[in-house]
This record gives sequence, structure tokens and C-alpha cells, in this order.
Amino acid sequence: MADTPLQVTGSRARQETPSVFEVLEGATKRSVAAVQDYAELSFRAVTNLATGPHYFQDTLDQMDDIGVGSLPIILLSGFFIGGVMVLQTGAQFVRFGQTSLTGNVVSLALVRELGPAITGLLAAGRCSSGMASELGSMLVTEQVDAMRAMGTDPSRKLVTPRLLATMLMVPLLTALMVFVGLLGGCVASVFSLQLSAIEFWRRAIDALEFADLMQGFMKSVVFAFILATVGCYKGLTVRGGTQGVGRATTQSVVISSVMIIVADLFLTKLSLYLSNKIF
Amino acid sequence: MDEFRSIPPAEARCAIAFENVGVRFDEGEILRRVSFCVWERETLILLGETGTGKTLTLKMAAGLLQPDNGSINVLGQRISDMKEKALLAFRQKIGFVFQEGALFDSMTVSDNVAYRLREDGVAEEEIEPRVREVLRFVELEHTMNQFPSELSGGMRRRASIARALISRPPIVLYDSPTAGLDPVTSQTIITLILRLRDVYGVTSLLATHRLQDGFALANFHFDPYSKRVLPNPQNGNAAAAARMARTRFLVYRDGGVYFEGEPEEIASSEDPYLKRFLV
Repeated sequence: MADTPLQVTGSRARQETPSVFEVLEGATKRSVAAVQDYAELSFRAVTNLATGPHYFQDTLDQMDDIGVGSLPIILLSGFFIGGVMVLQTGAQFVRFGQTSLTGNVVSLALVRELGPAITGLLAAGRCSSGMASELGSMLVTEQVDAMRAMGTDPSRKLVTPRLLATMLMVPLLTALMVFVGLLGGCVASVFSLQLSAIEFWRRAIDALEFADLMQGFMKSVVFAFILATVGCYKGLTVRGGTQGVGRATTQSVVISSVMIIVADLFLTKLSLYLSNKIF
Repeated sequence: MDEFRSIPPAEARCAIAFENVGVRFDEGEILRRVSFCVWERETLILLGETGTGKTLTLKMAAGLLQPDNGSINVLGQRISDMKEKALLAFRQKIGFVFQEGALFDSMTVSDNVAYRLREDGVAEEEIEPRVREVLRFVELEHTMNQFPSELSGGMRRRASIARALISRPPIVLYDSPTAGLDPVTSQTIITLILRLRDVYGVTSLLATHRLQDGFALANFHFDPYSKRVLPNPQNGNAAAAARMARTRFLVYRDGGVYFEGEPEEIASSEDPYLKRFLV
């Protein structure tokens, strides 16, 4: 019985069980290889911009999908986040009779931090997952191989247009979110704190310096890079058919969201350093 | 006729040559020391059970995968050593018909067929008649504006053949073109492959697990004058037989070449493994 292919004896099973060290070694190698592949794909996606052919129509289609398609959730979220910010900070400023400072705080928080971070996270949920599922589906149905078989570089045709479109649209979406957030904050401050709208906007604009705008812009560009590259990488490395596509979609949102939050810390530190040195 | 079939056609060159090719994945060695040659204008039927490496062989012949050892020469060029960039250009000479068609599902049939021409920068006024001509060849002219999801399985395969055919490649690789199709539709696909071979004179490597597909290609030819599929001339008409495209069989088993020979040899074989395909 032990010689038949379907039978595994106890001793044979023990021989094939990997040790803890082997499991850890395998997992480490796979992780390092994944980071290497991700870095290589990202590098190629960026360097493709320098050489032809360029897929302008694909980029425009992606800009429409990422930019126009994300507008409703970005604007709606921005409006209510601005309102909530005013209600929360205003309640504290009332204690000191400084409710007029609400505009300053909300403006700085939205431009420096909340605008780019929340836009990045919302775009990761909507666009990074979309990229992973679309490219993953193309991979499992051999459409990516068909593309290569017809002489097209998938990184050039599929990844670069998505990366470029995301890096162009996410900063714009961030700017719109900040504006709508301030609009929501203004409405909340007028009706809740009885501040004048003109006073709110004057304070909100006066509080901002060039360094604050640069900080928000830099963050939104980096977050866009992260969510696009992670989404494309997870899509193009799908394994295990349609179940794998679902897994890659979830992973792309989780990984890009965590990377955005981690990168936010370092970018904030870098921005503060640069604002002291340069601006 | 036997003598004619056992030697390569006069002055014919090896269009596809595998020399001691081996491939290993995490699961183990998939192919080992595989060597064969597909002569110009010849059709080589690659037979084997599921998982024996047929698709892998086709993908390596198209340069979509690289072997771990051995060499692959296609049209006189050693593609196993080529970089991806060079391969992208080289693949223009190869048509690939994927098992499930691998049509781009976001494009119409005509856009799918025109894909390669647009990539090559062919003028739009030239593309339309060429797409129409090739869709007429596969009898799908009426589906030009339909999406792949609106087509039946057989129609998708025919559209895939049209897409592979559009740039008139000298080599066409077919990955199980009749898998999962009913006998009538399978016959339509085989007739199409016959027409493609006998009208355009392409060299073909066809992976299948259906021996009857191979015999149909070996025993019939398409007569462009009467536009009918006719049986090949029998013994005694060597001159007519010499004009027929040559068909041979290659059978894989356990990662290696188990049999290579003429249709008559496999038909008369008493080998139990080969006889399993004859049932």
C-alpha cells in the first residue's frame, strides 16, 4: 500500500514536513522577491514615461475613471469632514472665547493632513481595488499574455497610464476636497458657532503659508503613486483564478492604505524639516 | 507516401526548434530535455494529457516564458536568450490563439482584431478593410461591433484566430483550439485552421488532447479553387501528396517527449498510452 502514489506513510510524511527555519526562510525569500518585483514594476512604469510608445487615450480614460468617477465620494466626504472638524474644534474654542480661530485650525488640518490623507485612502478604496481587480481579471483570462503575444508591453499599456492618471488626478481631487471641506466648515461655523462666513474664510486663507500647500501637494502625489503602483502590482501578480482576484483586490486596499498612513508620518516629518530650512 | 512523410520537405528549414528544453516550477520539473523541430509549412500536433506542459511549450515558443535550460530557436533566432524588449518586436511574426480566446473583453470584435495594426501605427483607412477581410475569412463579419461577451464559445475562438491572422504571421500557435466545444463547432474551427494553413501556408504548432483534430489536419486539405475541404490523395500519387502540407504528431508524457512521428505510425501503434488517445 505504501508504494502506491496516493499513499503517504508516516515516515515519508515526516520527511516532507519542512522545519520552522525552512518555513521562515521561504517566507522571507518570497517577501524580498515581492518587494523587488514591486520596485521593478514601479521603476519601469515611471521610466516608460521617458520613451514611446505612449498611450494617451488610455491615460485620458483612466483620468476620467479616477478623477471624475471619484468626485462624488470625495466631495461628499470633504463637505462633511469639514463640518465635523468645525463642530469638534469649535466646541473647544468656545471655552476660551476664541471661536474665530476655528477657520485657522480647520484650514491647516485640511490642507496639511486630512485632505491628502483622506483623499488618498478613499482613492485607494475605490481606484487601487479597481486596478487590482481589472488587471487581475485580465491576467487570469490570459488577456495580459495575449497583449504580450501581440508585441505590447503590459507595463507600458496598463500600468503607466494608470500611474500617470492617478498622479495627475489625486492632487486635483485633494484640492477640491480641501475646498469643499472648508465650505462644509463654513456652513457649520455659520449655523453652529454663529461666525460670519467672511471671517471664517479670511482666517482660513490667512492661516495658510506656501509650505502648507506644498506639504499637502507633496503628500497627495506620493499617496497617488502608492495606490496606483500597489493596485497594479497586486493585479499583475494574481494567482489562483477568480478567488485570487478577490484576494488581490482586498490586499491592494489594505496594503496601499497602510502604506499611505505610514508614508504620511515620514512625509510630515520631511515637510516640517523642509519648511524650516527652505520656505 | 510513407517515404515522403518520414523526411523533412526539400529545402525546408526548422521554423521552431526546441533543444533539450527543461522547465522547473515550485511544484517540480514540468518539462525535461524536450527536443523537437517544426519544419516550415508543417503542422505539428502536440498531444498530451492535462498538465503535461503543452500550453507551457506554446508559451515558450512565443517567448512568453523562458526555459530554465536548453535553447529555443524560432525562425532562425534564438529566442530563449532574448530580452523582453527584443521579444516584443519579435512576436509580431507569431500568431497565438489562446485556449479561451483571450479576447480583450472591453473592446469590440473589430477593435480586438485591429489591435495589432493600431499598435503598429497602421493608418485607420487601411485598418478597416483588413479587419473586414480577416473577419470575412473566419465568417464573423457580422459581429464587428459586438463585444466578446456577446459571442458564443466557437465564435470567440474564430475571432481569436482572426486576431492572430491579421498581421499574416508565418507561424501560428494554437492552444487547444477545440477544447470545450461541441463536435460541430470543433469541426468549424478545424476547417478554419485547414484553410489558414493551405491558403496562407503558415507553420503551425497545435496543442490538443483530441487526436481526431490531428487526423483531420493530417488527412484533409482545403482546395482554394473549389473552396472545399477535400481528402488528401492516397498512395500512388506522390506528386500530389508532396504538395500537401505535412502534419506530424508529438506526444508528451511525464514531462518528456514520449512519441514523435507520422499520423500513420500513431494510428497503427499498439502502445497502451498512445491507444488511450485513439479511444
